[in-house]
Amino acid sequence: MRHPQEYINFAYRNADICRHSDMILYKFSMQAETQQVKTPLWQLFASFFKIGAFTFGGGWAMISIIEREIVDKYHWIERDDFLDLLAVAQSLPGILAVNIATAIGDKLRGTRGSIIASLGTILPSFLIILAIAIFLTPDMIKNNRVISSIFMGIRPAVVALIIAPVLTSAKAAKLGWKTVWIPLIVALMISLDLGFISSPILYIILGALGGFLLWWIPRRSRS
Amino acid sequence: MQIYLKLIWAYLKIGIFGFGGGYAMLSLVEKAVVEPGWITETMFTDIVAISQMTPGPIGINSATYIGFVAPGSVDPALQGIGWGLLGSVLATLAVTVPSFFLVLYSAHFIRRHHESGAIKAVFSGLRPVVVGLIASAAIMLMNAANFNPNGISWQMWMNIGICAIAFILAYFPIKIGKKTFKIHPILIIILAGITGFALYY
Repeated sequence: MRHPQEYINFAYRNADICRHSDMILYKFSMQAETQQVKTPLWQLFASFFKIGAFTFGGGWAMISIIEREIVDKYHWIERDDFLDLLAVAQSLPGILAVNIATAIGDKLRGTRGSIIASLGTILPSFLIILAIAIFLTPDMIKNNRVISSIFMGIRPAVVALIIAPVLTSAKAAKLGWKTVWIPLIVALMISLDLGFISSPILYIILGALGGFLLWWIPRRSRS
Repeated sequence: MQIYLKLIWAYLKIGIFGFGGGYAMLSLVEKAVVEPGWITETMFTDIVAISQMTPGPIGINSATYIGFVAPGSVDPALQGIGWGLLGSVLATLAVTVPSFFLVLYSAHFIRRHHESGAIKAVFSGLRPVVVGLIASAAIMLMNAANFNPNGISWQMWMNIGICAIAFILAYFPIKIGKKTFKIHPILIIILAGITGFALYY
């Protein structure tokens, strides 16, 4: 026959163990969460170095590579978040590729991440151009038949690499019949190249304003 | 030595006022570096051509190259790799630093107010526009310089074929057995380069 106190002690100990294991589980889940958020800096650098080294034809051509590396391969960012960062990068002046790298680096690892990602993007072209400036003359590149034949093949492929993200981003933006006219008109107006009414920044302002007013006007009329 | 301060100032301005990226910035660059006589007009066209034949953003390429060349062309005492290197580092940093801080501060601002209805509403309006911007970039690159640079029709059809195949490879996942995977865009660029060499050399 046991003393009742023993049962009580046992119950207490059991509860303690339960609480303890709960804590462990909780800690594990926290760890998993922080691990998911924290991207290794060297991997961030390596990804953007690759992106910088294979970006031909301006910042938009980067999008396919960035999507694959950052959204599909490592799952660092969701596709619609990526679209929002693109909006920020495009709305501000400066070099689009560097702006995208800064925005994504910051999203993943804060200020340090943004410095690492921008340096990764800049470094390949910086080193290549430096090597050309030091060792070669412009004519050696311009009139090189090997290089120009390679680039004749690359340029149409780059166009394809910009068409693909149009479709993936249209899906991510959840375009429906009510909104699909917006990108159509924006693309048409900008590519017509008619001066002021074809400037991308105008449509960014209109888009931001439109989104804001659609939210603000119903709110105001309600109150 | 003054040339370095002038270089920094010129490229800071390009970094601050260069909206639209890439080719939209080129006219700004041209004005900033050809008018003061740092490089000649023909050299500028050469630099644009080289930028198109090397990877990387055209703004960075031109800053690196012009930063390297300008000190030596203004002052013969500043010829040499060391002086050129200093110029290219300064010009490249100057063109990136303004937008770096702008993007950083706006990203922080947006994150702080991430839950605000206004910010969410602004982005819901921006998303369809960004889709349109990417589409316009694609449309504007569908030109003779990219598809038919020599005005030869068989080359044009070849290039359209390369574009179509590259699109199919980039967009549609490939199924082998139970595994589905997508071809990396970098691999597509490399394959396209090899195809170009095989067809046009």
